[in-house]
Amino acid sequence: MIGIVDYGMGNLHSVQNALRRLEIDHFLSEKKEELAEADALLLPGVGAFKDAMHALKKDGMDGFIVETVQSGKPILGICLGMQLLFEESEENGLTEGLKLLPGRIVRLPGITSDDTTYKVPHMGWNRMLIQKPETPLLQNLSTDFVYFVHSYFVQTEDRDVLLATADYFEEVPAVVGRGHIFGAQFHPEKSSDAGMEILKNFGAYVERRQQGEAI
Amino acid sequence: MLTKRIIPCLDVKDGRVVKGIQFVNIIDAGDPVELAQAYDEQGADELIFLDISASNERRNVIIGLVEQVAATLAIPFTVGGGINSLEDIKSVLRGGADKVSLNTAAVKNPDLITLGSEYFGSQCIVVAIDARYDEDLGSWRVYTNGGQRSTDWEVIDWAKEAVKRGAGELLLTSMDRDGEKSGFHIELTKVVRDAVTVPVIASGGAGSAEHFHEVFAESDADAALAASIFHYKETSISAVKDHLRQQGVNVR
Repeated sequence: MIGIVDYGMGNLHSVQNALRRLEIDHFLSEKKEELAEADALLLPGVGAFKDAMHALKKDGMDGFIVETVQSGKPILGICLGMQLLFEESEENGLTEGLKLLPGRIVRLPGITSDDTTYKVPHMGWNRMLIQKPETPLLQNLSTDFVYFVHSYFVQTEDRDVLLATADYFEEVPAVVGRGHIFGAQFHPEKSSDAGMEILKNFGAYVERRQQGEAI
Repeated sequence: MLTKRIIPCLDVKDGRVVKGIQFVNIIDAGDPVELAQAYDEQGADELIFLDISASNERRNVIIGLVEQVAATLAIPFTVGGGINSLEDIKSVLRGGADKVSLNTAAVKNPDLITLGSEYFGSQCIVVAIDARYDEDLGSWRVYTNGGQRSTDWEVIDWAKEAVKRGAGELLLTSMDRDGEKSGFHIELTKVVRDAVTVPVIASGGAGSAEHFHEVFAESDADAALAASIFHYKETSISAVKDHLRQQGVNVR
């Protein structure tokens, strides 16, 4: 059972619609006691990093998420929810994140080193370049096109957490993770076939892990 | 790199998909939920749902129908028609839309673009511009109310103003070409595309797969929209994409 964290910053409708269609067991809650019953967390998010951290801090949801993940339960962050997994963001002034993954969130510069300007946000369908084919989330994908909408992106010196990237003038981390911690910069719930397959893979991973732990 | 997007559009009136020629002579084209689902399966990159009765009859978008369509989609979904206030934007986004399209209300009250983009983010505010060539002006003029009312805005000025206020994308319809199936308006698309820094969706005039190639190759539009050629199966989204791929256009 996946617990979707409702902290007021979500594009919850479409995430729920997708999980429902895929018949993945899930529930939505803003309460830590209820989310504590989940086998894994899903952290959605649309909006600004600072507002999101502020909302998570309100009832100690930030601490709860970190403890839950440290206790071994998987998490999948989506879009802003993925960015929150990192150490800090420079959006609207430096803000600390959940620090579950190494790296920081910076704005897409909109200009390359050879002075080519490009549009920010990075919005539309782009191709994932899979860096770690063995990662459970990226198994058996029928296509690598996914839908992005974001103006900030992850910068990390630890390339080990880059499971897939995308080329948009910069190397944009697309799927990140380490161990049972995962994040997608794009919106799997809006990414048609590849997105549905990634969510399905996460659901299956949660189930496998759950059964493994029960044994 | 980003792909060029193909966007089918559902013009919805009284719960049915309809299609007119140059915004009049409206005929039935099917059930919105069924069409939405079919287009998603065929590889549409996005879907736009416009409640075309809304602006005229001052009726709000039918949220229930938006919810039903959203529940079947695994691609981005834009909803427009009769969205007049922040409250309207909120209820449409809550209903499952990813973006809203503002047209008449944005011209009447440009602050709605500013407020909407501040509150919900630029990425979910699409400004739809209906443009018709004006002999006296020697340029394109902006129309509102489903193309029935002319405004004082010249298209390029309005496009720039909308983007300055926070529009994240422009949906540019050539009223001269709408329903004519003679091809997108390349020149109009090009001047607007060159004037702004946000994506431009070309709309009006699609009659064949080659028309999509033309508009991408010659105007560098970011996306192209069509309705009736898809509704009436004159071509399919996959046929358009196959053609574009053959011509070397990057599509999903």
